[in-house]
Amino acid sequence: MNRHLTPNLILGAILVALVVGVAGLSLIWTPHDHALMNIRERFGAPSDVHWLGTDQLGRDIVSQLMVAARNSMTVALIAVLMGGSIGVALGLLASALGGWFEDLIMRVADIGFAFPALLFAIMLSAVFGPSLWVAVLAIAFINIPVFARVTRGAANVIWTRDYVAAARAAGQGRFAISRDHILPNVAAPVIVQATIEFAIAILAEAALSYLGLGAQPPSPSWGRMLSEAQTLMFMAPQLAIYPGLCIMAAVLGFSLLGDALRDLTDPRLTRSRQA
Amino acid sequence: MGYFLLRRTVGFLATVLTITMVVFAVMNILPGDPALTILGIDASEQALAALRAQLGLNDPVLVRYAAWIGDALTGDFGTSHSYRVPVSELVLERMPLTLSLAIGGMVATVLLALVLGIGAAANHRKSGDWGVMFLSQIGIAVPSFWAAMLLVLLFAVHLQWLPPGGFPGWSDPVAAVRALILPVAALTIVQAAVLARVTRSSALEVMRLDYVRTARAMGYPRQRILWRHVLPNALVPIVTIVGLQFASLITGTIVIENVFYLPGLGRLVFQAIANRDLPLVQALVTLFAVIVVTVNFLVDVIYVMIDPRLKARA
Repeated sequence: MNRHLTPNLILGAILVALVVGVAGLSLIWTPHDHALMNIRERFGAPSDVHWLGTDQLGRDIVSQLMVAARNSMTVALIAVLMGGSIGVALGLLASALGGWFEDLIMRVADIGFAFPALLFAIMLSAVFGPSLWVAVLAIAFINIPVFARVTRGAANVIWTRDYVAAARAAGQGRFAISRDHILPNVAAPVIVQATIEFAIAILAEAALSYLGLGAQPPSPSWGRMLSEAQTLMFMAPQLAIYPGLCIMAAVLGFSLLGDALRDLTDPRLTRSRQA
Repeated sequence: MGYFLLRRTVGFLATVLTITMVVFAVMNILPGDPALTILGIDASEQALAALRAQLGLNDPVLVRYAAWIGDALTGDFGTSHSYRVPVSELVLERMPLTLSLAIGGMVATVLLALVLGIGAAANHRKSGDWGVMFLSQIGIAVPSFWAAMLLVLLFAVHLQWLPPGGFPGWSDPVAAVRALILPVAALTIVQAAVLARVTRSSALEVMRLDYVRTARAMGYPRQRILWRHVLPNALVPIVTIVGLQFASLITGTIVIENVFYLPGLGRLVFQAIANRDLPLVQALVTLFAVIVVTVNFLVDVIYVMIDPRLKARA
């Protein structure tokens, strides 16, 4: 067996494929209309028709979980892409310009770490009212300093390489070098970080929508399904189980995959493995 | 050491100042009319204008910021719209509960993580180690509010050992502690999972060093080597992570207070959002962020104290 195929990588990839696959499938097919209510069939037990039963309004749970997976993936994807691109750009810029500009960017990034996504979402919700976009922006915001730091750290190493010195000697400017030589070489750590941040984003989205600061009804989300289930815990405890398992599977998948990718791409670990 | 403290303190104060600027900017400069938010879209133009004047919204932003900071330095964080009492009064009243949760959660996290992490390192590559690693991987992926709900299902709904939520007040200490057991446990599960991993890898690194082998060769008891010789030297990365974790623990209390209906600062901030009480939200968000950077500042100072190598450099 290929020694790169660690259990983490395999399990992570399977879970990620499963969650992303289900989210994609929900675009074209769900067993039922996820929003269709049927009060007579509420709190239905699992059956051939409703595989995991129905909720307090008689809606099909599997269909809701599938659409919620799509919403969760979409929020995480947009947020990590937004925060990631701004962060990577700032990191590249800091590394290329150096001096006081680099210090400034890194100091501001440090301050960014003092704001967990929840605090940012609370501020935005107070000003604009809670919405899905509040969740996206809050999660995107906390990703900026993370990516700025990772990119700048990796970029500073690349700037000391001979081929960069050669490019400079050939008269290429700082921005052109950043684009042609630095960016491709910091891609690996950035992608690894993005995978890990994706897991964190899914958790954050779940917490925000649980608290009512994310996706608003009728759009289903795992977090809100849990907050609705909480009030019914004495009557229908099963409703409090499935969405939590979905969150866990998604987060576990992306964080295992991220860990495995980091082990694969980190040269220090590769060397110690060969030794 | 003195120079290090001075530089770090100046940096800390600058960070606090920047936080107030960020919070103020988000809450006051971003498009959005607080008067409209408070009164709703049906409000008449006169009512809006009157409220804007009352809130001081017609002054220039810098003047309003300076007034807010000036008042805050004297302990005046403004008046809550919805409760019609000073914000500082509300905060002081709710603070003990949130601090008990956060400190209880941190202490439980550190104890559990040290035992699990050192235990896993001592049993490296044995079933105990795999078990701890597996549990911590799961713990990291579980949202704290879901862990809280599962705890309620088991201990409040099924076994009926502990209350499912609410807080009876401090006048009955036994009932108060019982009400806090499940919330603290829910906070601890997730945080301890992260810290146990760090403890394990840090301890494993120290256990490879020569002096540990020497201690072993001299026949010292295993437990003594682990807790007296390995742990103190493994502490530096652990303390760093504990400091960083405090940020997520503070966020955690906001979530957990809402799961268990505990009347602390986290519940207050959500009531403030629902009531569109902007001065209260602004004060609470600032407070949470300042708590986070203060803890990080203290951790940096402790860090230098426990690592003499850093002290020499500082």
